[in-house]
Amino acid sequence: MSTAVTEDQIEKVVVDSLESFGADPDDISRDATLEQLDIDSLDLAELSQIVQERFDVELKGSDVADVKTVDDAIKLIAASV
Amino acid sequence: MTAATEHPGCALVTGASRGIGAAIACALAVDGWPIGVNFKNDAGAAAATVERIQGAGGRAFAVRADVTDAEQVEQLFGSVEGEFGKVLVLVNNAGVRSDDLAVSLGDSEWDEVIDTNLTAAFRVTRRGLRTMIRERFGRVVNVASIVGPRANVGQSNYAAAKAGLIAMTKTVAIEVARRGVTVNAVAPGLIETDLTQDLDGKMLAAVPARRPGTPAEVAACVCFLASEDAGYVTGSTLFVDGGLSV
Repeated sequence: MSTAVTEDQIEKVVVDSLESFGADPDDISRDATLEQLDIDSLDLAELSQIVQERFDVELKGSDVADVKTVDDAIKLIAASV
Repeated sequence: MTAATEHPGCALVTGASRGIGAAIACALAVDGWPIGVNFKNDAGAAAATVERIQGAGGRAFAVRADVTDAEQVEQLFGSVEGEFGKVLVLVNNAGVRSDDLAVSLGDSEWDEVIDTNLTAAFRVTRRGLRTMIRERFGRVVNVASIVGPRANVGQSNYAAAKAGLIAMTKTVAIEVARRGVTVNAVAPGLIETDLTQDLDGKMLAAVPARRPGTPAEVAACVCFLASEDAGYVTGSTLFVDGGLSV
C-alpha cells in the first residue's frame, strides 16, 4: 500500500476534502493553517474517515490533534501510509 | 406526512420488535422510510413488525443484533446499508430494565442496564454519525425516559442510563449540528408496553392526563424529530408523558 501512494495523491485528497468542508479554494495552500481555513475538529474527524477509506490507514486522534496546517496534515498522512 | 415521500436512505430502529420500538418503525415507514428493524431475541415479533410495515405498503426487514456487542453493531449497519442504503435516521430505542433498590442492586444488573441503555446507544450513534456527517444530513432520536430527569424508586440504574442518554444527546447534537445532523431525545412517561405493565399503579394517579400514553403517541413525536420540518430542532428532549414531568 505505502509504495503505491504518492504525496501528490494525498495532497489532492486533502485539498478536495477541505473544499468539501467549506474552505475557500483560493485560500488553500500547504502553509495555510486550519484555523485560517475555518476547519474544525469535526472536519478533521471526517478527513480521518476519508483517509482511512482511501488509503486504509487509521490516524491516531492524538496525532490529528497536533495538525495545524495543510502541510502538517499531508505529512502526517504520508508518514502513516 | 405522506407515504409517497422518497428518501435517499433508510431508518434504523434498535429494539424494534415490540412496544415503542415497533410503533416507531411502523410510523417511520408510513413517512416513507425503508426500515431496518433491529431485534435481539424475539425473531417472531420482529417478523410481525416487518409484516405490518409491508402490509401497509412500506419496506422493512429484520436484523438480529445485540447492540451491546461492537462487532454485531458493525454487522447490523452493514446489513441495513446493503439492503436499503445509508442510514440517515437512527432511533436508539433498545433498552432493558432490571429494577431493585440501590442497597441491593447487583453489579451485573447495574452493568446490564448501563451497557444496553447508554453505552450501546453511544456506540450505535457513533457508527451512524460517521455516515450522516458525510451526507450532510441525519436524524438521531434517542428514546430516553422521564425516569432520569425524574426519580423512580428501584430504578437507579435505569435512571442513570436515561439521564446519561439525555446528556449525551445534548453534547453530540452541538458537535454535529453544522453538518445538518440533528440529535434529539424523546422522554416517554407511562406508556402501555410490556416493559411498563407492572409499573403503573401509583404512577398513573400522578399523570395529569389520567391515562397512560400509547406507543403510537411516542412514535408520532419521533417521526416529527426525524422529519425535514424538525431541521432546526437539536439537542432537545421532547417529553411524551401526559404532563407527568411538569
